[in-house]
Order: sequence, then structure tokens, then C-alpha cells
Amino acid sequence: MLKDITLGQYFPGNSPVHRLDPRTKLILLVVYIVALFSAGNWVSYGVVFAFLAISIAVSQIPLKSILHGMKPLVFILIFTGILNIFFTAGETVLVSFWGISITLEGIIRAFFMVLRILMLITGTFLLTYTTSPISLTDGLESLLGPLKKLHLPVHELAMMMCIAMRFIPTLIEETDKIMSAQKARGADFESGSLLDRVKALVPILVPLFISAFRRADELATAMECRCYQGGDGRTKMKLLRYKLLDFKGFGVGVVLLAAVFVLGSFGL
Amino acid sequence: MAPILQVENLNHIYSAGTPFEHAALTDVSFQVERGEFIGVIGHTGSGKSTLMQHLNGLLKPISGKILLDGQDIWENKTATRQSRFRVGLVFQYPEYQLFEETVYKDIAFGPKNMKLDAQEIDRRVREAAELVGITAQQLEVSPFDLSGGQKRRVAIAGVIAMEPEVLILDEPTAGLDPEGREEILANINAYRQAKKATVMMVSHSMTDVARLTDRLLVMNGSRLVMDGTPAQVFARAEELLEMGLDIPQITQVFLRLQQMGLPVEQVYTVEQVVAQIKKLTGGSCYA
Repeated sequence: MLKDITLGQYFPGNSPVHRLDPRTKLILLVVYIVALFSAGNWVSYGVVFAFLAISIAVSQIPLKSILHGMKPLVFILIFTGILNIFFTAGETVLVSFWGISITLEGIIRAFFMVLRILMLITGTFLLTYTTSPISLTDGLESLLGPLKKLHLPVHELAMMMCIAMRFIPTLIEETDKIMSAQKARGADFESGSLLDRVKALVPILVPLFISAFRRADELATAMECRCYQGGDGRTKMKLLRYKLLDFKGFGVGVVLLAAVFVLGSFGL
Repeated sequence: MAPILQVENLNHIYSAGTPFEHAALTDVSFQVERGEFIGVIGHTGSGKSTLMQHLNGLLKPISGKILLDGQDIWENKTATRQSRFRVGLVFQYPEYQLFEETVYKDIAFGPKNMKLDAQEIDRRVREAAELVGITAQQLEVSPFDLSGGQKRRVAIAGVIAMEPEVLILDEPTAGLDPEGREEILANINAYRQAKKATVMMVSHSMTDVARLTDRLLVMNGSRLVMDGTPAQVFARAEELLEMGLDIPQITQVFLRLQQMGLPVEQVYTVEQVVAQIKKLTGGSCYA
């Protein structure tokens, strides 16, 4: 069902990972991704993996929820894996048929590619699972702050992102309701030709768009009533401040990067 | 004749197998006879809406059966699909499902899905529009140009154009002004009489259900806790109040009168009140 979508869902908690400043988490995510793409070997992959595993353990997010979020990606992972197994040239040929050969290098490469995608997504999930949308956009706004000098509407972008995320569950619920209502009038979304099925979406999309516009209108009015006028002169109730925990986090990030680069220079 | 609807030991659990799991219906059983007008009352989250969505096969029960005219609606695909047409369900705020260019086309959506011929569709659309008080000119305008109350009547017409044997309405009068409410309730009664249909109505207005229905179902915490005539149900006023439900205002007044020692009986409709007052004053009453 639509309700089972966990995209960008936030799991409230009080672990050290939850308590980190959102800016720290964003920076650490970038560091982690750089480290992941710099890693080219068993040992360096092991180090990055250890960092991820410890982060998950500390965050107390159940492994089951993280794996559940992977479900929609299974196809991409399998596709990447197969592509790499069959189309990597190598010397140690294991099996050969119809002019295609599977090499040991191909299998290793496929394994690393799949692992890299998996770890990339798990890392990003960890960020959205442990950071509420509001603090995430706050952090993003603060990190992108310097771009304001270039007259980029940073605050407005962050606000739009925040509103968009806030309305994902609302719109999913709304879609569910409209679908039920049209089904009650005999609408059929599951059978017929492709054209029939596309046509069957009209009774859902029209009311959905209308209600989205109505909501947007109401939200704009409500914001205006509270004198919202964009980022100029706006102060924050919760000021972001780096604490000891964040410096510890940065320390771990530096160690991770250093380890991957040092190991890389040794060819490990 | 067999009852039109038989609900047997219905159970439903939302988000089963996740940390968010909660029971929505627990062991609900009841029967609906042809031509009855049933009111369904209960606190928000008591499972009323979930129950209604089971009756036309929108939700599949975890366990239990729903028999429509003696046949299990989940027996095969045809039976499920037929149940959608034979049991018409009007959702809360149905005006938000309107999507067509004209009122006519929107009302015709249901009958079209039933694969009826053009002539029959036309007859049903015009008849349904008339029952809810939509004029022939209004049939050609965009539904989005109508007022809130008119939009809702169009949406209800969209369901009754399928001519369901059982019409279920989930809070059909929510958010309307008193005049709009009266009109909708009159429309429902008009359909009921014209088609000899069975009607089930979820409502938070105790005065409305007391006045209109022959029988009340009371839901509380996913269970069906009371099933009886309005008189039987409102006689248990204290239990209802404990569940966070209301009783009709006149019933409240007369309960207080009883407590004050006046020789009055329990009432829940205006006619009963008139009779009681007449008895008290010895026949002189200008009500």
C-alpha cells in the first residue's frame, strides 16, 4: 500500500547521532561519500564499512527499517551487479559461453559496485532517519549561508524544501483517500490496456492537484497572517550551535578520510 | 427474505506486523435488513469509517465475512466488483473527488463504470440530479463553479446514480450550514423512498440520527458495543456519555427534568417531547 512508503521518514530518538548538529551530519555525510568513492580496496572499504556500521549501531535505528527502505532499489542493485559481472574484462576467466566470459575481476568489481551503492544509500538514509526535516533544512540553510552573498535565495530554497518534505505524507494520505473514493464509484486501476490505465489516473490526479493547490493557497495565507516575509530579518528560535559532540564527530570524520587516503597511498 | 447485509466476526488491523500496528475492528457482527435506515455513531477513531469501507469491499478483512444478499463479497472478483455497485459508499467530504469538466459527466462516472448503455446512463444521471435538487442547467456547468453545498450534492448524486441497494454515507453533513444539512438529509430520504433502498449513515449529530433512523449501531474502541433502536440506545445515556459521545439535546433536558423529580419519560424526538409536555400540562400546549 501507499502508506508503507518510508521515503525520507524520520525516526525520533535520542542517540548521539540524533543529537549531532544537522550541519555536522551533512558535512560528515559528504566526508563519508568522498571516503567511499576514494576507497578502492578490501582494507579501505572495510574502514568505511566499519564507520557506517558503528554509526548505525550508535543511532539505534533498527537494521530492519534500513533494509526495508532498500526494497525499491533491489532492481537497480541486481542490474548493476549483472552488468558488471558480464562486461568487465579480466584475465582469470572462470566460465565462458556464447562469447561472454565471466571473470574473477568481473565478480569482484560487481561486488564492490553493489556494495558501494548499498553503502551510499544506507548512509543517506541514516541522515534522514536521524534528522527531522526541519533541522535538516535549518542545517542546509546555514551551510549554504555564504551563497547569500551571491544573491542566491538560500532561505527561500530551504523553506520550499521543508514544506515539500512536510507535505509528502499528507499527499500520500490524500491520494489513498481519493483512490478509495473513486474505487467506490467503480473505477478500476488494475485491469485494461496501458492506455486504459493511464486514463484511469485522471480521476485521481485532477482532485489531487486541486487539493494541492488549495492547500498551498491556505498555507500561503496562514504564513502571511503570521507576517512571514522571507529570510530578511528573520531570527531562529533554535539557534544551531556546535557542541563538544560535534567536534568529536568531526574528529571521527578526519580520521576516516585520513585512513582511506593513507591506505590508498600504500595501495591497499 | 434474507438480510441484505450480514457481517460476521469482522476483524481488521492497520499496519499489521509493524510497530505502528493497531486494531481497527475487533469481532464486529451485525445484520442489516432491507429498507432499514441505520445510524452509526462513535468517537473519532472508533472504527466507523473502517467498517463502512469493508461493506463494499474497499478494505479486505483480516478475518470474518461480509455477506451481501447471502453471497460472500470476497468469494471471487466479480462478487467484489458487484459489491462496489450494489453498496454505494459516499466518503467524508465527497466534493473533493469531483474531477470532470461538467456536472453531468461527473455524475455519469459511476454508471459508465458499470458498463450501462448510453440511454440508461442518461436516465440515471438525470434522475439522480433531480433527487439531489440539481437543475438541468447546472448539469452542464463545471462542478468547480458550484457552491460547497451544491458540490457535495453532486458528489452524492454521483453515487446514487449507480442506484445502489445499500447507500452508505460517512458524515454527509460535516462542515455544512444548517440549511445545507437539511437539504442533504432530505435528499438521502428522497432516494431511500424512491428506490426502497437501505441506508446507513455515520453521523456525529445525535439529533439527526435520533430523528431519522430506525436503528443505531454504536462503535467504541474498534468494537460494536450497542445495536438497537434509538430509544434503546439513548436509554443508556450514561454509557454513551462515558464513551465521549453525546445524546440529543432534548434527551439531555428531559434527563435533567427526571432528576429534578418531574414525572417525565425518556425522549429523543420532538414529537415525543410534545406528547410529554401535553401530558404534564393536561393537554394545553401550543407546540
